[in-house]
Amino acid sequence: MKKQLNITVNGEPQQVLVEPYYSLLDTLRDELYLTGTKKGCDEGDCGACTVLLNGKPVCSCLVLAHAAHDSEVTTIEGVANGQELHPVQQAFVEHGGLQCGYCTPGIILSTVGFLESGEEPTEENIKHALGGNLCRCTGYSKVIESVLVAVKATGKGTE
Amino acid sequence: MGQGMKRFEYQEARTVRQAISMLQRYGDSARIVAGSTDFLVRWRAGVWNPEQVINIQRVAGLSRITYSSRNGLRIGALVTVRTLEQHPTVRRRYPALAAAAASFAGVQVRNLATVGGNICNASPSGDTIPALLVFGAECKIAGPDGERWVALDQFFKGPGQTVLENDELLVEIRVPPPPRNTGSHYIKHSPRGAMDIATVGVASLISLDGRRGPCSEVRIALGAVAPTPIRAYSAEEMLRGQGIGQELIQTAANAARDGVRPIDDIRGSAEHRKEIVGVLTRRTLEQALISAARGPLNFEEQRRLTVQAAF
Repeated sequence: MKKQLNITVNGEPQQVLVEPYYSLLDTLRDELYLTGTKKGCDEGDCGACTVLLNGKPVCSCLVLAHAAHDSEVTTIEGVANGQELHPVQQAFVEHGGLQCGYCTPGIILSTVGFLESGEEPTEENIKHALGGNLCRCTGYSKVIESVLVAVKATGKGTE
Repeated sequence: MGQGMKRFEYQEARTVRQAISMLQRYGDSARIVAGSTDFLVRWRAGVWNPEQVINIQRVAGLSRITYSSRNGLRIGALVTVRTLEQHPTVRRRYPALAAAAASFAGVQVRNLATVGGNICNASPSGDTIPALLVFGAECKIAGPDGERWVALDQFFKGPGQTVLENDELLVEIRVPPPPRNTGSHYIKHSPRGAMDIATVGVASLISLDGRRGPCSEVRIALGAVAPTPIRAYSAEEMLRGQGIGQELIQTAANAARDGVRPIDDIRGSAEHRKEIVGVLTRRTLEQALISAARGPLNFEEQRRLTVQAAF
């Protein structure tokens, strides 16, 4: 039976009716029509569905929607500030950190979460932070390059 | 909903007592979830079909991790694998455990997955388990009649099978403080460097009587080569009380290799796994010995040696 779920998505409080077996991913895409979050494998291997749950990157395909009640979720739709791209998005655009783009929302959210985590943004730490995001196009070099640019743009570097 | 999936009811427990009374009411038709990183995947596959899902993620008091030099590490069952990985004391005093946590899936899964869940799933390849085994972890179990303690090496009965009764809950893991001059290391061998389970995982711990030895304690634990994570007791026996050198390590590694009876599966043949057990036992013992004599590696170095992806 569907039950009410109260959840804040990209700063907006939402009330949705969802089945007990709905994932957070299906709730975002099918109930809230936020289709920027992608469904890749639906079993926690590819990272395409990564969103921030209370500020931390998670695979939204693994989260029971009802388990996220009264939580704050950030999806790719909530990353930019109006028409102004987030520095991470800007870096990916300018440095070719994407090709087909399917994995990109997940990679952007993993990167935003990493930059907020307080971990030292070394190349090795970046690779570990993005280890859970598969990309079949870029070969990752441009992705890492884009993140390194974003590190500088957000002033998170420690030089 | 696809084929094989059955509807379930979803409930949350806020206290241990409440979770246990729900378990008493629903028995085997209930399944406990916390991070739920395994649950939805297995449910979609039709493998797990509970009528009641009881989420304990917000049970108060089980998300704490504390350390004292007297009692060691106390890990609430709901502590996430990510918290374990990042905890400064775990990194310093239980390096194999911090590195094992870092080798576990990816950040997006570690932020959800709990230490208690990794143990209770009882997968032969669970990454935190070999490391917890070498540190002598014990499990605090709560049930209708109070609490009991079970050593982690007595906790598993088979793949997915534990000593937990259907009205019991794992609430805490306690890990004794390692003695002085102790080194530990974990290596995970898997096809992919993240989001993959181990083909073989090996944790080793060596304590020296003084910086030069002899070896006062040694523990070796193996993942993904038996129905449960196991200790390599015969290999340990060869080292305990001895002055350890390269030759003895090789002999013990061979014994660990010859002592396992792994299976063939998609990640590797039984023969391949046996060879890897030998190699990883040797490498983890070598690193544990170095760390026991000279102090722990920093976390990044340890992680670099732990996560070894290879086809």
